[in-house]
Amino acid sequence: MSQVSKDIIEIRFHGRGGQGAVIASEILAKAAIKEGMYASAFPSFGVERRGAPVSAFCRISSKPIWTHASIYEPDYVVILDQGLIRLTNVLQGMKSDGTAIINTSKSAEELGLPENTITFDATSAALKFGLGSQTSPIVNTAILGAFAKVCDVVPMNSILECIKQSVPAKREENAAAAEFAYGVVA
Amino acid sequence: MIEASTGNYAAAQAARLAKADVVAVYPITPQTTISEYVASMVQKGEMNAEFLLMESEHSAMSALIGASTIGARTFTATSSHGLALMHEMLMWAVGARTPIVMPVAARAIGGPWNIWGDHQDAISERDTGWLQFFCENNQEVLDTILMAYRVAEDRNVMLPAMVVEDGFVLSHTVERIDIPDQEEVDAYLPKYSPEFFADTENPMRFGGLVTPDLWTEFRYRIAESHEISREKLKAAEKDFEKVFGRSYGSPVETYRCEDADAVLIAAGAVAGTAKEVADQLRMQGKKVGVARIRVFRPFPSEEIRKLVSSVPSVGVLDKSYTFGDGGAMFNEVRSAAGTLEIGSYIAGLGGRDVPPKVLIKIFNNILEKNRGTVWADLKGGDFDD
Repeated sequence: MSQVSKDIIEIRFHGRGGQGAVIASEILAKAAIKEGMYASAFPSFGVERRGAPVSAFCRISSKPIWTHASIYEPDYVVILDQGLIRLTNVLQGMKSDGTAIINTSKSAEELGLPENTITFDATSAALKFGLGSQTSPIVNTAILGAFAKVCDVVPMNSILECIKQSVPAKREENAAAAEFAYGVVA
Repeated sequence: MIEASTGNYAAAQAARLAKADVVAVYPITPQTTISEYVASMVQKGEMNAEFLLMESEHSAMSALIGASTIGARTFTATSSHGLALMHEMLMWAVGARTPIVMPVAARAIGGPWNIWGDHQDAISERDTGWLQFFCENNQEVLDTILMAYRVAEDRNVMLPAMVVEDGFVLSHTVERIDIPDQEEVDAYLPKYSPEFFADTENPMRFGGLVTPDLWTEFRYRIAESHEISREKLKAAEKDFEKVFGRSYGSPVETYRCEDADAVLIAAGAVAGTAKEVADQLRMQGKKVGVARIRVFRPFPSEEIRKLVSSVPSVGVLDKSYTFGDGGAMFNEVRSAAGTLEIGSYIAGLGGRDVPPKVLIKIFNNILEKNRGTVWADLKGGDFDD
């Protein structure tokens, strides 16, 4: 059952069209629901284009979620592409005790992000498991594994199960990438 | 079964559980995935329906009027321009007394182009004679479609029903819902069995010319059926609660209104946000409540009159605008309540999010008993900081 200590946890994903940010938010919500929690997930509604910045949102709570407004003050920000930090203010509105997780091979300091930012090279992890190509790796499941470690609310086995149910291809590889990330991130 | 479901998936599941016989659709954002889910279920044999992909929404509605006339349970879905294109046949479906059930993933209508959600499309069809339900969440979308069949197909009602879900905000948002078992739904929703239907063995004439000698009586009978539907809906919801354990307080759900100094009347998903905002404001000592219009047609005049006369100040939030004097729901509320002392708030048009901060301003404005129309999220408007 629920391990949500706060009333509600709000997560914002930043990615590019095609990287799977929307699917990641949906997998997270599905896994939370599977565990008996309440959750909602929605994309930044609109006309998606491959490569263009997209965001997706997820709420998790032990109680029914009534709000249907967007998320303005997330507890967590998950960034699938480090290039986005030059294009959008990815940390906008993040709670003062919030946590950002970014897919990068650099350090938070090198990127000019707060020192408590969690960095994880999801691109290498994705390629290690054959997800996508060098030029367009599919990093959503790897970064989701990293997120699951940092935000210990939704059990990893449920996330893995939902990954296998939800991704359109390479189910086992996607699950393996998430599991790898979960094991690597501190 | 507990599942993670978008509003559109919930609507398609309702069509399956209701065992719709004929589905005729034309795709349009944000409804399209309802049609796709149904098509997929028909193709996989999970749903035993005749699936017709039409050349327009006007044709989809026309096809269903024909199918309903031979006694089939019918289903379609649309949005925005698609609904507008159906307008002629929406009127016809009412006059033909065909109990078609149709979710509408509500969206703005152009021009210029806008694919996002508001209530303008559904609200603009308020005079067609369709029963109209506005849902707050995805569970309610599924449940209301099942209830809508019960009411629409009642032999004393025989009217089509529109189940409105906010485009994107519900249609494309994943939420936790409970998808009922087929056996439970079968127990709740009997097979459609109309008193009159087109039958080659028993020829009858449908849709012929009605002269001035009888036209008024035809229209009167429709109005009468609207009145009858009020009690039928309450009964359908009571039975629904018995079978499924859920109910929605039709026709108007009230939340913390009993001792409220100010009540916001709204419809659709935004009412959920407003309820959470009301909780926050209550913690600050502000006695506010929310009344959610779940049934817009027939309009719950009696319930609204009672509510408005029992609270010091009331405002209405419309996610559409009627060119005239304030929002459409505001005008209905004002006319039902018989008072001019009601505020009108316009917000959330064309996909603009309605965040708590806008709702807080609206509640405060209602507490201050301000009147007239406020475009609550207009850039450079009265509430802009």
